Amino acid sequence: MADLLNSPAAWGLALVQGLLFLLAAPLLTAWVRRVKARLQNRRGAPLLQPYRDLYKLFAKEAMVARTTSGLFLAAPYIVFGSTLLAGAVVPLLAVNLPTAAIADVIVLAGFFALGRFFLTLAGMDAGTAFGGMGASREMLVSALAEPALLMAVFTLAMTAHSTNLSSVVAYQLDAGLVLRPSYLFALLGLVLVAIAETGRIPVDNPATHLELTMIHEAMILEYSGRHLALMEGAAQLKLMIYGVLISNIFFPWGIATEFTPAALLLGLVAITAKLALLGVLLAVAETVLAKMRLFRAPEFLNMALLFSVLGLLSHVILEVGA
Amino acid sequence: MNSPIVLALTHLSLVLLLVAALWAVIGPQARGRHIFFGVLLLASLSALVAGLGALLGHTASAEYPALGLPWLHWHLTLDPLAGFFLALIGLISTAVSLYGPDYLLEHRHDRTALGHLGFFTALFVLGMELVVLAGDAFAFMVAWELMSLASYFLVVFRHEQAANRRAAFLYLLMAQIGGLFILLGFGVLASFGGGFAFDAMREAVLSPLWASVAFGLAFVGFGMKAGLVPLHAWLPEAHPVAPSHVSALMSGVMLKVAVYGFIRFVFDLIGDLQWQWGVVVLAVGSVSALMGVLYALMQHDLKRLLAYHSVENIGIIFIGLGLGIIFLASGQPLPGVLGLVAALYHCLNHALFKSLLFLGAGAILHTSHERDLERMGGLLRRMPWTGLFFLVGCLSISALPPFNGFVSEWLTFQTALQAWSLEGGVMRSLIPIAAAMLALTGALAAACFVKVYGVAFLWQARSRPVRRARPTPLGMRLGQGLLALLCLLAGVFPTGLLQLLDAVPQQLFGQGLTEATAHGWLWLTPLSARTASYAAPIVVIALAAVWLLGVWWLRRLAVNRIRVYDPWDCGFASSIPRPSMQYTATAFTQPIRRIFGVLFHLDERVERGEEIRYQLQVGDRAWGLFYQPVERIIRAAARRIGFLQSGQVRVYLGGALMTLLVLLWLIS
Repeated sequence: MADLLNSPAAWGLALVQGLLFLLAAPLLTAWVRRVKARLQNRRGAPLLQPYRDLYKLFAKEAMVARTTSGLFLAAPYIVFGSTLLAGAVVPLLAVNLPTAAIADVIVLAGFFALGRFFLTLAGMDAGTAFGGMGASREMLVSALAEPALLMAVFTLAMTAHSTNLSSVVAYQLDAGLVLRPSYLFALLGLVLVAIAETGRIPVDNPATHLELTMIHEAMILEYSGRHLALMEGAAQLKLMIYGVLISNIFFPWGIATEFTPAALLLGLVAITAKLALLGVLLAVAETVLAKMRLFRAPEFLNMALLFSVLGLLSHVILEVGA
Repeated sequence: MNSPIVLALTHLSLVLLLVAALWAVIGPQARGRHIFFGVLLLASLSALVAGLGALLGHTASAEYPALGLPWLHWHLTLDPLAGFFLALIGLISTAVSLYGPDYLLEHRHDRTALGHLGFFTALFVLGMELVVLAGDAFAFMVAWELMSLASYFLVVFRHEQAANRRAAFLYLLMAQIGGLFILLGFGVLASFGGGFAFDAMREAVLSPLWASVAFGLAFVGFGMKAGLVPLHAWLPEAHPVAPSHVSALMSGVMLKVAVYGFIRFVFDLIGDLQWQWGVVVLAVGSVSALMGVLYALMQHDLKRLLAYHSVENIGIIFIGLGLGIIFLASGQPLPGVLGLVAALYHCLNHALFKSLLFLGAGAILHTSHERDLERMGGLLRRMPWTGLFFLVGCLSISALPPFNGFVSEWLTFQTALQAWSLEGGVMRSLIPIAAAMLALTGALAAACFVKVYGVAFLWQARSRPVRRARPTPLGMRLGQGLLALLCLLAGVFPTGLLQLLDAVPQQLFGQGLTEATAHGWLWLTPLSARTASYAAPIVVIALAAVWLLGVWWLRRLAVNRIRVYDPWDCGFASSIPRPSMQYTATAFTQPIRRIFGVLFHLDERVERGEEIRYQLQVGDRAWGLFYQPVERIIRAAARRIGFLQSGQVRVYLGGALMTLLVLLWLIS
């Protein structure tokens, strides 16, 4: 541990990786939107559109409801900061980076929870009915999604005997492609959680503002200007984090295990390809599926939780002794 | 190592508590409460220092021939385990002593009320300290009863209302039944060990069956006091009706004293653990955690809600203890010790944040006389300091990084994730399910505290007294601020605390978590650096850096003005929405109520008359499923043996004589 932590090059690389996370997140969102538009026979906005939107929001004056408290102003920074921190600890290009040691996968879930806590409070702060509704629903979704997320990653953590994401990925690389029932369940669970947590169809619809079933958009309704930009940025980051989690934990091939330029380049190409593929899959799923009624969402999430727990159980019962 | 200074400090604390109790009764009225709480503060501080001293290895023990029975002297033992809990008592009562004088301002002219509260508060703290310090079962039981009775008189403080008297009676009844179980448990150990001193009990050799009997008695007895489901019914009744600083002590400390009793009895005195016990403890703990948080979500009385959260957190502590027993009994000392340490850590954390939240609830009660969430709102602007401290409490109890609740839940998860090293399939599959329930509990707790904070502290007040709430007085702010600061510190510097806590497993099993702090104060690595690591200080620094960079960068934008305007609300509101239009606490949890509906006893009514009225009663299923059947059995049994009550003295005397003869025959 000590040699790893004292290496400035590794810290530099970790910083670069965090920045890459930050810069690439809007691109992934744009890519999903673009593919979705194509599937719906639309031309779609260019891939740089989210960057332009964010730039526009940063340049605008921020409006704040007079009924809010100081928490409303602080929340975007905390939400964005905790999401960025979550991104910084996920292995994107390379394993064994020092940032991965700062926080393991439980802390990662904790970062999400911290962001969500302030997001929902900010939604309630203005006191409008929409904000309260969004907050209440977000807490419903997350109350079921968070345990499912933890259980899904615990399946892998128990296999690798470590909750450290980097160790899990490294273990997967070493073990090679072994088709275990527990992985399949965990993968299914994690995908369902990712859909729910990033507010995608069929749980929430990221493209609408005026629908009674909306969740995420209802909470950030009162935000504008730079605060809105931070909130939007955090949502884009979250999508990216879940994408990277799914691709690098379950399909780690290509990720750099040593810090040479060639390996890192390969890692970059690999993760880009993986995320592009995931984006296409997400867009297809969002085109084929319809949004569910809110009270169908718990069934969806219960299924995610069930898959994850089944994954963990099949691991401890079938695979540990064998 | 026997330290006379630590012993002297312990004695000082006990004597000061007696002085405080006397002062409350005979002291002069004017400004008397300041002196009372000053003495209490000194007593608490010396207990804190003595406890820390014991944790650092300066233990103490003494025997008092003057106290107790001629052949059964009282013993005082201050080992690291006792030291930890003594420090905990000292810490929370320090905060309470700072908070108390201002909280009792409204009673300043009421001689009886102050005397009553002061006398029993001092005796209550004294009782708790003595329980922890007791070195034999006799002194333990006397102290235990002192604690129970003193707290009964504190619960019954506002005895004008029948509901409070009922709650206090329920509390007394369950405390007495619990005490009986503990007494029987000690009886089993004492008869095998040949003495009531803990040293003798430790030497006792028990058959597995008798050990299990002793364990069962202790689990029921201490579990009843700690508030494990289904023995928790007294808790949500008794905690809300006591004055808030007493609620803080009861919930923050007294429940921990019960946990102490359990740890002392099972881990120390019985000694040889059996994994089946761990399975029972784990299962009951998981159910308590989940049911506690679900019932808490349904409450809109703030103090009642906090009381249900105590059930939840006690459940989490017992999950840690159950894991500890399972691993220790299966010959895996390292994860076992980790489970115990996680439980101890959560004891400390729960004491800190629950007392903080109760003091916050007390501050609201103090200024607005309001406990109902549905009538609060906008308090963050009316009482900013209490709002800030309460937020810290909410973040801590919701197990969010970088606060303290997260660290102990993280440690518990790390213990659970060692399930692969166990042999039996039962345990291996039970532990993941318990971990899933713990994860669900954590997420639901966050939902609950979003509700509490959002409804009580944000936006607009829903009633006149709350709208006119005034900032909290300095003393009360100090008490809350101290606890809030400690919540943050215990979350950011877990390695230092773990080093302190390490003395407890070292004492009990001769093994500690040496690896946990091996990589310096920055890195918490409970089992090994590869298994898991967490660097809370870096998290805090990184969050602060993102914030500062963000603010600095945004300041350089062309437009950095903020315009304050009416809420937009999707264009629906023609003017500022009214307070009655905001989401209520009941509405906030409606989706969760719908999903987990089977677990509650719901009485939902909609009356459609001139105006639509909606009524909702959420009852505890434990009453219907557990207490009422028990009550029916007791009633039926009482009717059966009622024929003995003939009303004739001769028959009674005959019965007494027969009993005496049978007893004489038994012991001859």
